[in-house]
Amino acid sequence: MALVLNEEQVMLKDSASGFLAEKATVSHLRELRDSGSARGFSDEVWNEMVQMGWAGIAIPEEFGGLGYGYTGLGLVLEQVGRNLSASPLQSTVLVGATVIAGLGNAQQKEQLLPALASGEKLVSLALQEGGHHAPQQSALSAVPEGDDYVLNGTKVLVLDATVADTFIVIARTAGEVGDEQGLSAFLVDAGTDGVAIDSRSLVDSRNVGILTLDNARVPAASLLGAAGEAWGGLSRALDIANIGLAAELLGLSVEAFERTVGYIKERKQFGQVIGSFQGLQHRAAELFAELELARSIVLKALHAIDAGDERLSLLASATKAKLCEVAQRATNEAIQMHGGIGMTDEHEIGLFIKRARVVQHTFGDYNYHLDRFAQLSDF
Amino acid sequence: MSDLEQFRQETRAWLEDNCPVTMREPVKSFEDMYHGGRNPEIIHPDQKVWCDRMAERGWTVPQWPKEYGGGGLDKGEAKVLSQEMARIGARGALWSFGIVMLGPALLQFGSEEQKLEHLPKIARGEIRWCQGYSEPNAGSDLASLATKAEDHGDHYIINGQKVWTSYADKADWIFCLVRTDNSGSKHEGISFVLFDMEQPGVTTRPIKLISGSSPFCETFFDNAKASKSNLVGEEGKGWTIAKYLLTHEREMISSFGAAPKKSVGQQAVEAIGTDASGRLANSVLRQNIAQYQLDAMAFSATMARVGDEARAGQGLGAASSIFKYYGTELNKRRNELNIAVGGESALGWEGEAYADGRVSRDWLRSKGNSIEGGTSEVQLNIISKRVLGLPDQ
Repeated sequence: MALVLNEEQVMLKDSASGFLAEKATVSHLRELRDSGSARGFSDEVWNEMVQMGWAGIAIPEEFGGLGYGYTGLGLVLEQVGRNLSASPLQSTVLVGATVIAGLGNAQQKEQLLPALASGEKLVSLALQEGGHHAPQQSALSAVPEGDDYVLNGTKVLVLDATVADTFIVIARTAGEVGDEQGLSAFLVDAGTDGVAIDSRSLVDSRNVGILTLDNARVPAASLLGAAGEAWGGLSRALDIANIGLAAELLGLSVEAFERTVGYIKERKQFGQVIGSFQGLQHRAAELFAELELARSIVLKALHAIDAGDERLSLLASATKAKLCEVAQRATNEAIQMHGGIGMTDEHEIGLFIKRARVVQHTFGDYNYHLDRFAQLSDF
Repeated sequence: MSDLEQFRQETRAWLEDNCPVTMREPVKSFEDMYHGGRNPEIIHPDQKVWCDRMAERGWTVPQWPKEYGGGGLDKGEAKVLSQEMARIGARGALWSFGIVMLGPALLQFGSEEQKLEHLPKIARGEIRWCQGYSEPNAGSDLASLATKAEDHGDHYIINGQKVWTSYADKADWIFCLVRTDNSGSKHEGISFVLFDMEQPGVTTRPIKLISGSSPFCETFFDNAKASKSNLVGEEGKGWTIAKYLLTHEREMISSFGAAPKKSVGQQAVEAIGTDASGRLANSVLRQNIAQYQLDAMAFSATMARVGDEARAGQGLGAASSIFKYYGTELNKRRNELNIAVGGESALGWEGEAYADGRVSRDWLRSKGNSIEGGTSEVQLNIISKRVLGLPDQ
């Protein structure tokens, strides 16, 4: 597949850009933060996104989606990154729907995917337990009892935790901590007895929380796929999730860079604009080169999802690692080149570095994915 | 049958009949390619046979117009020709600076007389060309070049010195940047002239590099003579042509960064081994290699993207401005890793055990990649100013 956007994709990108720049900008994020919004996003904006079909953008048409594929979703997420737009696009559309499409049986898909595409339902993956992404280390237990499973354990970094209707909880039904085998995925409704949701405040001011399961009982029918066999589907969904987050990081990094270049063209010191100094010019030019590489690998990875590429894991880790590296450099340089004003809460550039680090961490940071990239490259 | 399919079948049959068996082997090195010229270096007699047969059809330069010795093929036909050559492993019949550099410049900027005079000789491999650009005091600041061309009516008299002239000692003619006027800004007053190297006023001296012998030369002009009929473009407007050719050259050099067949990670595993988890035994080296391979992958995706965008009619994007800079820096990183992975054996300089220093000489030579054809620093200046629009100090 050629590494270019087709006409339909260019239109999607333009319409996403136009919509978000009006309705879900950085200043909207600031308003959400300062008003102490419990939901972390605007329902009005989310409803409009749903109206435009974004909730079902990568969901096949047979399940009520738009069938634009992940390249389409990635283009939207890139614009989301540019504007720091808050919405359940990541939790429900990028991750939730992907896990269900990958692991669910026909009945579950027919029941859930149209409800996600229409915006009726929000779902969120509950995976991470410790301080770092380590999916094989999942220890939350699910023990069969009659026709039910009883779940015990805690999950952190659950996106949109306080608004999700249903969680996809990764639990261990067999094997040892560290094994890929023995992991299962359960659909757990937020109202289930024994389920506690605690909101958490992270640097990016988004909706995130901790999920505690204390003898939470769910019917066996809530298993997504076969017991103990979640790894393959989960792993592929995580690859897709990381590529989607990389697309968000791309938009975020490019925006932070463009704002920074704009700033150094205006700011004067020593009687001239600081952008005329070679000390800044070369750093900006190097960053530009890195951003071009980042754009290429994100597009390649998005296409690889839609084309069913066999090397998706390798590409996903390559893409996430590269985008973590570039986003870190772009946001650090953004603060440094803005100087004192960049350190103030009043200036918007600080919101970019805050969001960047949370996205970088989510589902594995640079260190995790560079290591995985090397492993998958057989060294 | 479509015209293109018919062309394919005819081409296939012709190649089968005309490409000598010895020319269906890959070239072993740059020197192994046939460069033509008045006194061609012939390693195998079939080189000349193959070149002459291809030149007769204009296929040494398949897309040049027929009247200038080319094949007059369109893009599709040229692609078929290269596919059919690849099918039987046929090597290129002729490689020269005339084909890749001067030819395209003459096609764009040359007069009709100049095209008719020079292009067919390039196509037939009769004249070998070299490029006279850099001077001892005009490297990165090429436009400050001082080689002087004095007006003597129907010809110029040229005095000065060029450096880094590739294969000057083997070339028959030179395309050369000279100063015809000193009165304006340094970019004005530069002219692009062609002249014969076989004359008393021209001498060359090869340059030995840190990596050993090299194709580079110093070239001295002591009252050398160039006919005015060989001034390309207008007098004093040579900088436009120079810039056009530099872009060409940079594209060539940046392709050095393309990923080789066996990954450096795999080579490292063979050289150093793995730990119990299957990871390369040295974790610091492993990280360096992973970072390199990641960037190499993202860089080749960028080359592919820019190519795809151009083919889709979206023009040559800003991304192309990074090729020279990034490709050469990447190649230097790769060569440093080769040294780290190879250890003692990679430091060998001479002797069979070291393949006569193949690894170390390549490593040393790679240092020049980010200097020649515009240093990395110059490339970053270009990106800053032309792409990012940052102002001059």
